[in-house]
Amino acid sequence: MSLAGALGAIVDLNNPAHVVHWHFIQLSVSNIVVIGLMLVVFALAIVLPFPGAARRQAARRAAGEANGIGGTR
Amino acid sequence: MSVAPAPGEERAGTTAPPKRTWTARTRERAVEALPPEKLLPDGQPAYVASWIYVFGVASIASLIAIVGSGMVLTLKGPAWWHDTGVGHFFNSIHLWAVELFFFAMVVHLWGKYWMAAWRGGRARVWVTGAITFLVAIPAALTGYVSQQNFDAQWIATQAKDGLNSVGVGAFFNVTNFGQMYSYHILLLPLAVVILVIAHVLLVRRHGVVPPFELEER
Repeated sequence: MSLAGALGAIVDLNNPAHVVHWHFIQLSVSNIVVIGLMLVVFALAIVLPFPGAARRQAARRAAGEANGIGGTR
Repeated sequence: MSVAPAPGEERAGTTAPPKRTWTARTRERAVEALPPEKLLPDGQPAYVASWIYVFGVASIASLIAIVGSGMVLTLKGPAWWHDTGVGHFFNSIHLWAVELFFFAMVVHLWGKYWMAAWRGGRARVWVTGAITFLVAIPAALTGYVSQQNFDAQWIATQAKDGLNSVGVGAFFNVTNFGQMYSYHILLLPLAVVILVIAHVLLVRRHGVVPPFELEER
């Protein structure tokens, strides 16, 4: 089975789009999934530490102390 | 155009200052607004080392992929991608780059909204970003109606009712393929690219917005 066929077997796309309808709000499930993913990525971007940020912060602080000044930059 | 004297040579009998040209004035204003160290900085403040600051450049990376794959699709013509494997490949690159562009742009927008990124004289930075987002929406819509398939026809016939209801259908006719294709491959991408360039230059000029100060307790 091809890769496309294998993926198609997991998620059957051969049907009309599934839609969530609540009062005047009507969204396709695929759009809801994308909006949910954006919210998750947004939260992770705030929470997860950036690689090397702590090391650079410590280096700047040490340089500031060596120069007799405090600061965060 | 005035001719500058050679080194060591002075113009005999001239006491008036050299004539001011528009090129000189433009150059001086540009360098004053964006000196080289601001235009291409080699460092950023410590607060920029956060994932939330990544989504602006992710949007630009996606835009580069959109424009590059779009150029290939344009060179080969609007119907080419239906018939060849390479065409499907470039069409998929184009589509998924657009998905990533909007994904990254929305997260970038949320981040900047909650940072109140218009602070510190950055109103024009915020406004150019917001207008870019608004212009990118019809840029994508015109792409969907330029696919040359039943999907495009369905979207066009649905969109025309919405556009007619707000009175712009006579000027922006989504069932007119030629008009939509022109908008999609030239006018709207050009507008988006110019707005993004202006947005980035304004960010360079005013600097990346700092986070809110923590309150002392």
